[in-house]
Amino acid sequence: MTALLDALLLGAGYNAALVAIGASLLGFAAGASGTFLFLRKRALVSDAVAHATLPGVGLAFIAMVALGGDGRNLVGLLAGSAVTAVIGLLAVEWITARTRLAEDSAIGAVLSVFFGIGIVLLTVIQSMAQGRQAGLEGFLLGSTAGMLFQDAVVIAVGGSLAVAATYVLRRPMTLVAFDAEYARAAGVNVRHMDLAMMGLVTAVTVIGLKLVGLVLIVAMLIIPAVTARFWSERSEHVVWSAGLVGAVSGYTGAALSASAPALPTGPIIVLVCAGLFVFSLFFAPARGVLAAMLRFWRFQRRVHLRQGLLALARAEPIHDAFTLRVLRQKGLIRADGVATEAGRAQAAKTARDEHRWAIAREVHQDTALTGRYDGLTPIEAVFTRDEIAEFDRRIGGPTMVASGGPG
Amino acid sequence: MASEFVQFSLTPILIGSLAAVACALPGNFLVLRRQALIGDAISHVVLPGIVVAFLVTATVSTLPMLLGAAGAAVVAVVLIEAIKRLGRIEPGAAMGVTFTALFAAGVLLLEQSDTSSVHLDVEHALMGNLESLIWLRGTGWDALVDWRALQGLPPELGRMAAACALVALLTIVFWRPLKISTFDEGFAQALNLPTTAIGLGLVVVAAMAAVAAFDAVGSIIVIAMFICPPAAARLMTNRLESQVAWSVVFAIASAVLGYVLAGYGPGWLGAHNAVSAAGMIAAVSGAILALACLFGPHRARIGAGKEASPV
Amino acid sequence: MHTLAVKLATADGRVLTPVAPADSPLAIRGLTVSYGEKPAVFSVDATFAPEAMTAIIGPNGAGKSTLLKAALGIVPRVSGDVTVFGRPLAAARSRIAYVPQRASVDWDFPTTVIDVVLMGMYRRLGLLGRLRPSHRETARACLERVGMADFADRQIGQLSGGQQQRVFLARALAQSADLYLLDEPFAGVDAATERAIIDVLKALNAERKAVVCVHHDLATVDSYFDHVFLINVRKIAEGPVATTFTSAHLQATYGGRLAMAHIEQLNIADHAS
Repeated sequence: MTALLDALLLGAGYNAALVAIGASLLGFAAGASGTFLFLRKRALVSDAVAHATLPGVGLAFIAMVALGGDGRNLVGLLAGSAVTAVIGLLAVEWITARTRLAEDSAIGAVLSVFFGIGIVLLTVIQSMAQGRQAGLEGFLLGSTAGMLFQDAVVIAVGGSLAVAATYVLRRPMTLVAFDAEYARAAGVNVRHMDLAMMGLVTAVTVIGLKLVGLVLIVAMLIIPAVTARFWSERSEHVVWSAGLVGAVSGYTGAALSASAPALPTGPIIVLVCAGLFVFSLFFAPARGVLAAMLRFWRFQRRVHLRQGLLALARAEPIHDAFTLRVLRQKGLIRADGVATEAGRAQAAKTARDEHRWAIAREVHQDTALTGRYDGLTPIEAVFTRDEIAEFDRRIGGPTMVASGGPG
Repeated sequence: MASEFVQFSLTPILIGSLAAVACALPGNFLVLRRQALIGDAISHVVLPGIVVAFLVTATVSTLPMLLGAAGAAVVAVVLIEAIKRLGRIEPGAAMGVTFTALFAAGVLLLEQSDTSSVHLDVEHALMGNLESLIWLRGTGWDALVDWRALQGLPPELGRMAAACALVALLTIVFWRPLKISTFDEGFAQALNLPTTAIGLGLVVVAAMAAVAAFDAVGSIIVIAMFICPPAAARLMTNRLESQVAWSVVFAIASAVLGYVLAGYGPGWLGAHNAVSAAGMIAAVSGAILALACLFGPHRARIGAGKEASPV
Repeated sequence: MHTLAVKLATADGRVLTPVAPADSPLAIRGLTVSYGEKPAVFSVDATFAPEAMTAIIGPNGAGKSTLLKAALGIVPRVSGDVTVFGRPLAAARSRIAYVPQRASVDWDFPTTVIDVVLMGMYRRLGLLGRLRPSHRETARACLERVGMADFADRQIGQLSGGQQQRVFLARALAQSADLYLLDEPFAGVDAATERAIIDVLKALNAERKAVVCVHHDLATVDSYFDHVFLINVRKIAEGPVATTFTSAHLQATYGGRLAMAHIEQLNIADHAS
């Protein structure tokens, strides 16, 4: 516990502190840039980009060894990964644009093929003299154990740059993500913005490789955006909340991971993030599952209540078990299905309101008002008392209930 | 030479081909339904399934692991559907959330539990172990009729053959409902076809193929075979029947060529060590797809389908 | 609500009487469908007339297509029940043929025209039933009826919008049903196709089949159909064109000014009101 506290307060060593800061910066950048991707409905393109980094890592290693180095320079490896990531991205776009295949097939094909090539290269490297201790497997799942100080600096600096880029590009990218047609009309170069968006995603992926690994960086690009979407309808808010979710996950995850052995950084960060997602899925106030269930349940009861009352007013038999239950619970019918005093009164009121609406639609040709005639909005909420009195006058008295409709 | 081929290459090639075909068959429908990435999701969640099965049974035996993996695949599919519907999230993002979170949980469980003593690690899950599925008693072609030698066949061969046969059988039996509901779901529902069950069934069969293949060949091949051969096949023809046939051809070609290139290719280039067969098979399937994208007779979108749709 | 015991005659002189739900090819009671909390169709009762050509009319977003889909069980209902020829939907599905909106499917799907028509015969073929030459002949005959026989072996993506619509109609014909439900069959098709489709539908109607179309062109209602069903989330009115397709009902359906514009264009004589 103290170890965790230490880590959370950046007291678990210089490297760990740098990693935690780097992870939160990376989390922020991933969350914010991932939101653009998510709003553009291209979340899984990041999966192709991430998997396409692997051959780059391998090739960079081989190239660096061929040039006489030991091949483990992080900047070099990341540069290599960026190159193949971009090639993978272009391959996805090319397949989607030039052939009849849909984007999901293109993504799946690119990610599996590039990854396969990457694995082939890793086995090549393992057979090289310098390859034994290459530790390139760390790029699959991320590993901060034994990370060099300069690696931590690379992550922290890279994370900051990505956050800065997100901040600079936030307006045009939000515009494009929200409504590309409108953005084009407003003079934004959509193609360039898409490229900038994908460039940012590639940068985040590459920076995150060492920290969370290529399989899980996808999670950092998708989960914060989806989580933030539950809390706001405004895209600008979603961008920054997603950044916040990513930052919190990155920081907490990195600290947790530093506090105990056998807690790999990448999976922990992702799981913290997934925890925030699950919480939002259920408990978000407007879009959450519980709120939606409650609303639907109320709505269904109101529909059935009205249906039942109309049937009572018309003296029609009710067969629907749910309708009967609702009426019974409200004390509107007795156990044997006969209407109670209250039931008859409410049925009469419902039928009369129906009638009033019918008059209202004849009198008012204004669809803004009569368009609210959905049977659930009380007539009192739409028309004034005087207007209703006028409808009643036309009906000819409030007692008329079951004598048929207007023709 | 012949004996060496039968001993060291025949069974891996057979198993690889069977795995490729088992994945490519359902892959055809996944690609047409724009659900290609379900294959990706399934192959990721196989890992947590296997780890959980190991933690529960404390053994590395095949059956519990297959069940664990299949269970995880079904859980993932249900979760994806639930997130999509409950949270009103677009399918791609729902998939991304689900499989990455489950994969992370799998890795964490693996690290936390003491699995170092047994052969269970992430790399194995990714790359499989095709090269080790050799047939030591297969000392020559005549071993194929030698009962004692046949008993020494790797058990993965039988499992994979059974899985492939089952997938093929299900594809044939449910061909019409699959085709109708993939083409026009509304019409299929009006025919009273259980479209939800058909969709789920397809995913379960895909999961089954993935799980059976996973153990032998690793998850890279699984994803690649779900998508690349069917996608390449789509560019070769305009009939579903021939598309499926082409995809089987491409799947087998990828497996055979990939294995041969991985095993013998480095030797031709003067190197000594073979490279990953699983990775090479995926790469070959990608090369086939690339060729189909460049030269496939039906590679381009055509006709009035898109532009003429009403405003 | 329709208790008036009046005999009504259509343009071609057939006499129609108000319909009891048990006689109706499609009777709907208390149907509510909701996407989220906004009802798309609210508390609709409908009793479509037997052996009639009925148009479902209403503005965009009025729930026309949703009504059909909910009646077929394609979208879930919040409340309501449906009978087809007096029997529950599940027992009478084989008597319904459905033509979805053309835009609802992927026309890039790898299949041929004749294959699509054969899909209409699934109920007769079943899972593994042999596809016999007679089935192909029937499918070809259905294509012949919509004037598409020459296209039987074309890939469906190569067809024009109107041709695609005709193929969908041929598939419905292959179902040899008693009730045809069509969702906007005339949307975005050329004049020749529109002519071909309406001829086929009228021929079906002459064979005493019931035809129900979601329809958006008010100008052709009078000449194509004998019954109308007006809906704007709620039912506005249903009945023979002669008595129901009136300016008052159109106003109630489309709202004030818009309706007036329509009505003036249509030059609807106010037969009844």
